[in-house]
Amino acid sequence: MEASQFKSDQYVRFCPGCGDHAICMALQKAMAQIGIPTHQVAVISGIGCSSRMPHYLNTYGFNTIHGRGGAIATGVKTSHPELTVWQMSGDGDCLAIGGNHFIHEIRRNVDINICMFNNRIYGLTKGQYSPTSPKGFVSKSSPFGTVERPFIPADLVLGARGTFFARALDVDVPVTVDCLVAAQRHKGASVVECLVNCVIFNNGTHAWVADREQRAEHSIVLKHGEKMIFGIERDKGLTVEIDKNTFIPQIVVVPADDPRVLTHDAHQQDPTIQRLLALMGQENGLPVALGVIRDVEAETYNDAVNNQIAEVHSKTNVHSFDELTATLDRWEM
Amino acid sequence: MRSNLQIVFVVMQQVVVRFCGDSGDGMQLTGNMFAQLAAEMGHEISTLPDFPAEIRAPQGTLGGVSAFQVELGHEVYTSGDKADVIVAMNAAALKVCTLGSHFNHPQALFDDDFALYHRHAIVIVDTDFLAEKDLEKAQFHTNNPFTELGVPETVQIVPVALTTLTKEALKDSGMDNKSILKCRNMFALGLIYWLFDEPMEKAIRLLEEKFKKKPALVAPNSKVMVDGYNYGQNLALSVNQIHLDDVSLTNHSINSSLLHGHFTSIAGNKATAWGLIAAAEKAGKRLFLGSYPITPATDILHELAARKDMNVMAIQAEDEIAGVCTAIGAAFAGDLACTSTSGPGLSLKSEAIGLAVMAELPLVVIDVQRGGPSTGLPTKTEQTDLLQALYGRNGECPAVVIAASSSANCFDFAYEACRIALENMTPVILMTDTYLANGTALWRVPKLADLPKIRPQGVPEELKGHYNPALRDERGVRYWAYPGMEGFEHRNIGLERDAQKGTISTNPENHELMILARKHKIEQIANSVPDLKVISGQIVYEKMANKDIVLVGWGSTEGHLHAAANEIGCDLAQFNYICPLPRNTYDVLSKYKRIIVCELNTGQFATYLRAQFPGLMFEQYNEIQGQPFAVERIVNYVKSN
Repeated sequence: MEASQFKSDQYVRFCPGCGDHAICMALQKAMAQIGIPTHQVAVISGIGCSSRMPHYLNTYGFNTIHGRGGAIATGVKTSHPELTVWQMSGDGDCLAIGGNHFIHEIRRNVDINICMFNNRIYGLTKGQYSPTSPKGFVSKSSPFGTVERPFIPADLVLGARGTFFARALDVDVPVTVDCLVAAQRHKGASVVECLVNCVIFNNGTHAWVADREQRAEHSIVLKHGEKMIFGIERDKGLTVEIDKNTFIPQIVVVPADDPRVLTHDAHQQDPTIQRLLALMGQENGLPVALGVIRDVEAETYNDAVNNQIAEVHSKTNVHSFDELTATLDRWEM
Repeated sequence: MRSNLQIVFVVMQQVVVRFCGDSGDGMQLTGNMFAQLAAEMGHEISTLPDFPAEIRAPQGTLGGVSAFQVELGHEVYTSGDKADVIVAMNAAALKVCTLGSHFNHPQALFDDDFALYHRHAIVIVDTDFLAEKDLEKAQFHTNNPFTELGVPETVQIVPVALTTLTKEALKDSGMDNKSILKCRNMFALGLIYWLFDEPMEKAIRLLEEKFKKKPALVAPNSKVMVDGYNYGQNLALSVNQIHLDDVSLTNHSINSSLLHGHFTSIAGNKATAWGLIAAAEKAGKRLFLGSYPITPATDILHELAARKDMNVMAIQAEDEIAGVCTAIGAAFAGDLACTSTSGPGLSLKSEAIGLAVMAELPLVVIDVQRGGPSTGLPTKTEQTDLLQALYGRNGECPAVVIAASSSANCFDFAYEACRIALENMTPVILMTDTYLANGTALWRVPKLADLPKIRPQGVPEELKGHYNPALRDERGVRYWAYPGMEGFEHRNIGLERDAQKGTISTNPENHELMILARKHKIEQIANSVPDLKVISGQIVYEKMANKDIVLVGWGSTEGHLHAAANEIGCDLAQFNYICPLPRNTYDVLSKYKRIIVCELNTGQFATYLRAQFPGLMFEQYNEIQGQPFAVERIVNYVKSN
């Protein structure tokens, strides 16, 4: 299929320069690459800049209310597992007002592809801090800087027993497309954290990794089964060392030819190393991990629910209302 | 088999029996078994379980008293104001049923106004639980509870050593003391069966049925029950047995549908759940329930979670909001989607119901009302969510509101809620309450073929390729296309949409147009709502007719108001359809000199009616004590005003 088949007739109203434009394009490309017909795809969103996304995709779409996209998507997928369900959400929609639905759809492992656009700001309400804004962040609602500790989305996803976590970057469309396609292939709740720039209210929030000159040094694209190598010269590698005193494992940078350089294992059920990789960034002087960080198998909620119904259904012979009432302790008058 | 002593039967038309004991004494089970046997014997029944909010309050205390009341007989409209027969399993139960709501007042005495039984009632009490420690736990100050409570001499007190007799019955059973004590409710039940001269063969079969999952309990419980029956028989308790007048269901004006057919007794919540199941099958839709546990609505979730044989998908969501939102997701995907809750949950769901109004999706919201506000009285009954259901959403947000008026017709109105939702692409809020939900009534089991047709809104094939979610039929109901249908891809929204294109619009005139379109869509539903029918109160006890008076009620108060209308000799207009109202509402009400709106709130329906019909004068009668109406009080009010 062609990306153009997934473009709706709506004029895209993201601000000029907004990172959401790139993710929108990447979504259309990824959906074409996946090749599921438009009428079999439902894109559910809550409220926020990112939640406008369904309007620009020529599939079934539902732009709902703030924070509830996850619960509505759960209803769509569970009742109709044959549909491919995407959820478009932002750091406020997903992690603040919709936090409960977000952790529960992950815990239940509902087969939904969740794109969580993280620009660390509330854009549609014109510039308030979000649950991912760094402590001290000055915004209209935090004129003296926030006093809050931010969420690290990957940490939350893994804490909720997530089976899939990938990180994409607005300015890197090929990596974003790869993440989205992998999210669709994964059966279960697939969270793709899309690092997007808000050109109006939080310009440059991801500059450390997004900057073209620095990106090769400040990021690493993880691929399952491949060595963790990065840098402009691709001369650096990552490995894990155990602290001699605390026994706490930590990621360290070593030369690319060091035999200790790790091979990425996204399919490893134990999330210890995946978590260390996901937490890398400017704060600890390590490259931001992009690509699919975790991708493990587990039974999906939609399958479990439907299989249980099918099983009970097949074991009984009461399948209609009249048969059901015949089982009652009833008498004739 | 009868003892040779003289047996005296008292013939009555209706009898009210109240079983009360500790929350662990099995009063709900005992009461239910009695009610079921009574129903099987052809009596009409109406039941009221009345239990404390705490699962297990300290044993023997006043706060832990659990009760089950049933009225049986002929022309049963309610579960009864006051009991004719009381079973009190301990001192606390005796106190609570004697003093009613005044049980906590240290100096309170029996009073006709608040006692839960009549002056001529039979009170069976377990004397083994009137020991000093039991009296102390129930806050008695003397060793003579009857005198201390001022129980009138006209009350027939029947002291029975229930516990001793139960132990005696099971002394060879090898059971431990604790297990034996759990059977004492069956001794009481056997005694009541004797009192009503009920056939023990049927009683035993019913008991086997109730305990079929615990076969080991059948023999001891059965033994104790039969011993209880024989105790009454052989000792010829100095109490008159009660004979119910011959039953003739044909004159029953509420349940005129109860002519013949298969019958069962059913609780309101189960009837509600089954109404949804029937509607789904009739409509050819998958039934989806998204719900979160909340008293007193949870039994709907329980029932539907167990109905996987019927292909029902019932989801226990992470919260009330997710309950309604998963349902909205299922509706978006083409299912018959429902959510069940009580008042606090309805508050939480408000915003999402607004989304369903805006997205014009079919959705059934069941509000089993309880005492409010906030956490309020979670196990008690009230009609205080009406205005919330009608208006509790942001923006101009009309939805359909209907109400069931008996435990049995919870089935019909759940079915009707589904019909209206699917045919009109709108949320429908179905109001029931604790009284209907937990109470049981005789239900004539319908055949699916006899139920009204349901024609879910669809979409004409010729719209393929040109569909958008704003397109409407001639009634003003938008067409329903859902994922999986090729060529009908569209984006639905909670934002305002363009009346022609269906896309986001902030145009001022369009917004007004859309608000009126959504309003009109709800109003036109009145075309498929039956006319309001007035119930004429029978003129009983040679009372004067008061035909210029009409009692007005809605929902669960129908039985009580009907009984009151009979006493007064006036008419009753009971509403099941609230928004929209039946078309003939004004014509009906405007004929009366006194329109008395009776509600278990401070006047919510009266307020609504005043807004609809500013030319009419509405009088109010309100009670708000967490209990159903007392018929006597309504009658007294109407006569003295």
